[in-house]
Amino acid sequence: MNISLKNIFLSAVAAVFLLSCSSSTDEKILIKFWTFGSEGENVQKLLPEFERQNPGIKIIVQQIPWIAAHEKLLTGFAGNSLPDICQLGNTWIPEFAMLGALEPLTKYIDSSPQIRAEKYFAGIWNSNIVDSTVYGIPWYVDTRVLFYRKDILAAVGYTHPPKTWDELKDVSRKIVNSGKRKRYAIFLPTNEWLPSVLFGMEAGSTLLKDNMTRGNFSGKEFKTGYDFLRSFYEERLAPSSMMEVMNVYQGFAEGYFAMYITGPWNIGEFERRLPPELKGKWGTAPLPGRTDSLPGVSLPGGSSFVIFKHSPHKEAVWKFIEYLSQPNVQLQFYQLTGNLPAQKESWNDTLLTKNELMQAFLTQFTVVRSPAKIPEWEQIAQKIQDFSETAARQTKPNTEILKELDSYVDQFLTKRRWLFESGKLPK
Amino acid sequence: MKKSTTQTVAWMFLAPALSALLIFFFIPIIAAFALSFTDFDIYSLGNISYLRFVGFQNYVNLVHDPLFWKALGNTLYFVIAGGPVSVLVSLGTALLLQSRLVKYKGVFRFFFFAPVVTTLVAVAIVWRYLYHPRFGLINFVLSWFGISAVDWLGDPAWAMPAMILLAVWKNFGYNMLIFIAGLQNIPEELYEAARIDGAGSFQQFRTITIPMLAPTSLFIGLTTMIGYFQFFAEPYVMTQGGPQYATISIVLLMYQHGFRWWSMGYSASVAFVLFAIILLFSIVQLRMQKGAAE
Amino acid sequence: MKTTLKKIFLYVLLMLISVITFTPLLWMISASVMPSGDANTFPPKFFPSTITFEHYITLFTRLNIGRYVFNSFLVSLGVTALSTIINSLAGYAFAKFRFRGRDKLFKFLIASMIVPAQVTMLPLFLMLNKMGLVNTYWGILVPGLASIFGIFLIRQYALSLPESLIEAAKIDGATEIEIYWRIILPLTKPILVTLGLFTFMGTWNDFLWPLIIMTDDAMYTLPVAVGNLMGEHAPDTELMMAGSVLTVLPILLVFLFVQKQYIKGIMAGSVKG
Repeated sequence: MNISLKNIFLSAVAAVFLLSCSSSTDEKILIKFWTFGSEGENVQKLLPEFERQNPGIKIIVQQIPWIAAHEKLLTGFAGNSLPDICQLGNTWIPEFAMLGALEPLTKYIDSSPQIRAEKYFAGIWNSNIVDSTVYGIPWYVDTRVLFYRKDILAAVGYTHPPKTWDELKDVSRKIVNSGKRKRYAIFLPTNEWLPSVLFGMEAGSTLLKDNMTRGNFSGKEFKTGYDFLRSFYEERLAPSSMMEVMNVYQGFAEGYFAMYITGPWNIGEFERRLPPELKGKWGTAPLPGRTDSLPGVSLPGGSSFVIFKHSPHKEAVWKFIEYLSQPNVQLQFYQLTGNLPAQKESWNDTLLTKNELMQAFLTQFTVVRSPAKIPEWEQIAQKIQDFSETAARQTKPNTEILKELDSYVDQFLTKRRWLFESGKLPK
Repeated sequence: MKKSTTQTVAWMFLAPALSALLIFFFIPIIAAFALSFTDFDIYSLGNISYLRFVGFQNYVNLVHDPLFWKALGNTLYFVIAGGPVSVLVSLGTALLLQSRLVKYKGVFRFFFFAPVVTTLVAVAIVWRYLYHPRFGLINFVLSWFGISAVDWLGDPAWAMPAMILLAVWKNFGYNMLIFIAGLQNIPEELYEAARIDGAGSFQQFRTITIPMLAPTSLFIGLTTMIGYFQFFAEPYVMTQGGPQYATISIVLLMYQHGFRWWSMGYSASVAFVLFAIILLFSIVQLRMQKGAAE
Repeated sequence: MKTTLKKIFLYVLLMLISVITFTPLLWMISASVMPSGDANTFPPKFFPSTITFEHYITLFTRLNIGRYVFNSFLVSLGVTALSTIINSLAGYAFAKFRFRGRDKLFKFLIASMIVPAQVTMLPLFLMLNKMGLVNTYWGILVPGLASIFGIFLIRQYALSLPESLIEAAKIDGATEIEIYWRIILPLTKPILVTLGLFTFMGTWNDFLWPLIIMTDDAMYTLPVAVGNLMGEHAPDTELMMAGSVLTVLPILLVFLFVQKQYIKGIMAGSVKG
């Protein structure tokens, strides 16, 4: 017993020491690249070509699960163990820029033939800018558009998708009134913050005010959008409980609802999961606008590359970003993952021009705007989401709900307000 | 002289453990307590001069946060529904295994105890598939009895029962062993005397087993309650607190505020409220047991 | 006649509970050797149509699981070895030495057991970060060095050791360390095994702390790695099950081997407490 315990003890200690001391010395530049979700597995297929062109560089991809992504980045920052390069959603860029974790990219862009602002969709590019400094280079992009059932809309006299809010309301009422079975026109999930923010922004709301230190949700514009959204639940044009839609794909296939606002990832899912007889009977369209026939505003989505400030190999990392930003490499990545290319040039390829479902996205990308580029946004969005359910279910007046929302948002922004007022953050 | 050497030696034996506990347990507790009176957040992480002392503000905000009450409600649900169920199952199986009629006790004990040693994350993943509304084994078995499919983890009403079922399955074996130990400690003569007096087996159970098990029950009750208050890994792996916050727990809330949003000050206040609640429940339970014993 | 019926009833009940408790584990093993897609069919399959080890091969070749197995064993053994020694020193001191403030200190430690470990996580992380221990094995080892529960278990057990043995050794001129090493350690072996196993399992199964402290995926322990896989491979049921089997099986085997002593230890510790 004594001996075995002692042995275990000694060998464990020895092993720990050996491991913590050993380090690999390779002449190659090693670049650590963090990716989230399935991107990591797919991007590895693009690496051999890059490493062939740049024999002195080796890319080490680490996959981080989406659910733990934010924690990993923050603890990585606190623990000083961030990688050289990472993919980052543009809602997270302001936060890491504020922390001083990100390398400003302006000087790299100035000398790059490949990566220039005009080669990207303006709204997407902008979402990577914080206080007029570029921190991220778009890798792939997405945004929300309207998915709709052509056959159901045609049956009520709409041969085109709704272009304005009025048309959206009109077609919705017609769909609901024409059906014999109980059904809805549009699915506006009550467990997402997106519908209220989309409608609010389209109505002209800035969402936040006073240097983004206070909520502006009880303002006139946001309320217009919110009223519009809520009328869909009240008129029973949209299901007001998530329980009514157990399975989106099934609901869409059965015509339980005919329209759904969602992103490009669902194109593949719809093609896979909808029954074959529905092929060609559904389409995508830019979001309806409030007044004219211009598309309504949507949100810039997708992922960007960022370089972390402490990285000793920024030049090599930049080479890697340039490689993945080549239009043909972007197309390869699209084929591997279905993620839409960020470089506008890639969109001239027949792979995308021939795909009718992609055209709505191409149009929509011209009208995308970031909601609020501050670190607190995710928390605010989470709160809006909590309130979406209230909107769908309760009878409280909108003014009251939105005032309450503002008071929460103001609370989240307390620190930011203080930083401004005490002059610690530049106005 | 001799006494003082004993003192020194004792402290030398204690030193490694006490210093480890001090540095890695007690100092962090004090630090967490201090943190809960500051607004340590993402801004302070970037620049420590942005840290402010905010008094009880975090606690005030907490009281006004509906999500906190939701998390507290779920945690209490888990403790109050899950705890007793788990203890009763443990007691039931312990009684079964103590029966003189049963052989191969070791085999059964192994079967019952095996879930205890398994890794929660791994079995939570297994159960996620067992709970699958279409392909899951559980709904399939229920369909034999004509019960229609339940969306265990997708339906807010069923998500908590699903968590409790998993927790009971995972934990009951441990308390079962402790109950068995308690049962073995009851002198056989007591039962013999009762049988001579003509007491039936239920009466024996009521007048001998239950009172004699009181200390064991107190121990089990306390440890189970403390453990169940720290409900975290099940929802973290299976639901992330969803659907519609139906499974968000205090510890999960604390984790999300702390490590996801980096609102460390707020998160620390959540931790201390949890500590206070556990303390309160422990005292109440101790008092109740004492009252029952007298 | 009545006893036979009762017997049958008891066995049926016990079998039923055994089936319920063991089915999830059996299904896990069975699903892990099913070909891809087999686990997502209706009606659900309990047995694989053909047995394949492809998922295990994938785990070891493509997903680097060997590294995580190694990490898990290393930190679990490390924590177990170190903490068993440290806890037994303290437990023995509490049981067999008379020193000022002993009972108060012990009571204080016991009372502080109700502090949830999660309370300490945030400052502990910041502290270990300052010490440069984030993303190292020490980051897991160091907080597990001492445990109040462990000290408690050993003290309870050591209380029952006869004083005369220690006295006799002292008369023979043994030093305190010799007494501990030659007499106390061997005599407390049963409880040390229990505690060791307890610690081993706790460290092996721990999820939250390694998730936070290990930022680099080469440093992950098995539960973290498997939880991680879930993020990307949730639809690959069979692969996930293979990962779960690899996480659960070692600990089940360890338990199987030391079952008797472990159970004895738990019972002894709890009753005296």
